[in-house]
Amino acid sequence: MPDTLLFAMEAAVNGLAAGVMYALVALGFVLIFKASGIFNFSQGVMALFAALTLVGLQTGQIPFSHLINAIFGTRLHHFGFTLPTVVAIIGTVAVMVAFAWLVERYIFRHLVNQEPIILFMATIGLAYFLEGLGDIMWGAEVKRMDVGIPQGMSETVDDLTFAWFGYGFFVDTLEIWAAVIAGLLVIGLVIFSQYTKQGRALRAVADDHQAALSVGISLRFIWVLVWSLAGIVALVAGIMWGAKSGVQFSLSLIALKALPVLILGGFTSIPGAIVGGLIIGVGEKLFDFFMQPIVGSATENWFAYMLALVFLLFRPQGLFGEKIIERV
Amino acid sequence: MLDVNRDEGYTTADGRKIGRVAMEMKNITLRFGGVVAIKDISFDIRWGEIRAIIGPNGAGKSSMLNVISGFYHPQEGEVWYKGHLRPRMRPYQVARTGIARTFQNIALFEGMSVLDNIMTGRLNHMNKGFFSQALWWGPAAREEEENREKVEKVIDFLEIQHIRKTPVARLPYGLKKRVELARALAAEPSILLLDEPMAGMNVEEKEDMSRFILDVNDEFGSTIVLIEHDMGVVMDLSDRVVVMDYGKKIGDGSPDEVRSNEEVIKAYLGVQHD
Repeated sequence: MPDTLLFAMEAAVNGLAAGVMYALVALGFVLIFKASGIFNFSQGVMALFAALTLVGLQTGQIPFSHLINAIFGTRLHHFGFTLPTVVAIIGTVAVMVAFAWLVERYIFRHLVNQEPIILFMATIGLAYFLEGLGDIMWGAEVKRMDVGIPQGMSETVDDLTFAWFGYGFFVDTLEIWAAVIAGLLVIGLVIFSQYTKQGRALRAVADDHQAALSVGISLRFIWVLVWSLAGIVALVAGIMWGAKSGVQFSLSLIALKALPVLILGGFTSIPGAIVGGLIIGVGEKLFDFFMQPIVGSATENWFAYMLALVFLLFRPQGLFGEKIIERV
Repeated sequence: MLDVNRDEGYTTADGRKIGRVAMEMKNITLRFGGVVAIKDISFDIRWGEIRAIIGPNGAGKSSMLNVISGFYHPQEGEVWYKGHLRPRMRPYQVARTGIARTFQNIALFEGMSVLDNIMTGRLNHMNKGFFSQALWWGPAAREEEENREKVEKVIDFLEIQHIRKTPVARLPYGLKKRVELARALAAEPSILLLDEPMAGMNVEEKEDMSRFILDVNDEFGSTIVLIEHDMGVVMDLSDRVVVMDYGKKIGDGSPDEVRSNEEVIKAYLGVQHD
């Protein structure tokens, strides 16, 4: 096999892995958009906040310690104990559920029946608030995320591909785990929405608010539920991205990478978010591989947005989105 | 003259005994800003009867149905249900007290199959929460099974077996109306509210729907409140009729009484002859 093809294949495999990471972020957007028609700009910050909370709980950081120290002149920073990963994850989920409840209670309950643009603006405000809160609570320094997922080059993939092609592919073990966890997450979400009472209620609300009310579904409960789910998805994304590149505030920008994924996959489709993520991941890597000699490096910064633009021109509803036909 | 005894009820034209009061509307007034949609209306709904609310377009019929189902909250007046004054409730809370409804402009879950749509009608009969569903599969699965059986019964009853797996969005209008009725029926409601169940249907579909409404009342003993502006259909179906015009009640009684009521004739026919 020619070397170029092998290198391209390696790039594509790495692209798939990166795509899964994008899809994880996009998934949170889809959940909330489907159920409430809100484009949640704060999804990326939610991932950051969840990651910060998880690391904070794990390492026994005292929340708001900087603030407390500044006011009282103390020198607090850690409780002096660490929590097992599982306990910290459960604690973080509890925090995200509480966050979902607060968001419904103090923001969206007061914005019922408002224009989508107003709800969108509210989520922008929420994003900045949450970013500031994360800073005050846990501090702004870059933290290491360690939840016990192995990292580094996967020996197995290296050996396998070497045996097949005489050339070992470099794939990060972390990204393989990310793919497995994302897969489980999607299966879990599908089982939840197809086979449980709450899942059916969730689909009903996503479809028609008025009809959902008439069969006795509480919209408020469903909104808390869906923001909680989005919070859990954000936690998973936060763990993966945090493990990959450290828990830092630039994590909130991964939300921007989710946008082209959503435009490709459609804003209302869970499979769309996955496929969209994969296409963008692979597209990015292959474009970089083949076009670098011509257009130079760093194409990954703009390729996804260009692809999204092409999609907007020819298939604005995305690959899996619902086509909206208006009768006139 | 229909003789309605406050406590014991009355006997219908076809000889059915109608019982005690299920719901009573007392001096309901509903305003939207300066517009008065319903003006000081009182009437009762009795267990087992088919009660119609009729009137020309814009008379306030749908508003009245929305008051009953909790989508609108009247500024004045009281709703008494099962012998108690009903506090201000949200629509989903009203639904949980056993009041199911359909909508004039069909409100179905278009993306879901017919079966799933009708299953949502059973949500209030499913008590197993999310965690017991996740952790204790057995009882939750059994509950799902039981509810599925009830739904299948309704599907048989309304003769929609052949479309159970079809996504609702693909159905023609008449069948959608029937699915919406099925979803409401699946809830085994104490009171069933139908907002213009025959609107936009052809003659054959109207006949089918009339038959289903009568059968539902007959078979399940359901109390039915329905809105129509097609006088002919209503007169054949209902036991008692409330007539509204410009937000006011202008008649209340058996179909025959209402038909011979001067004001009703004026409201309905006067417009045409003037």
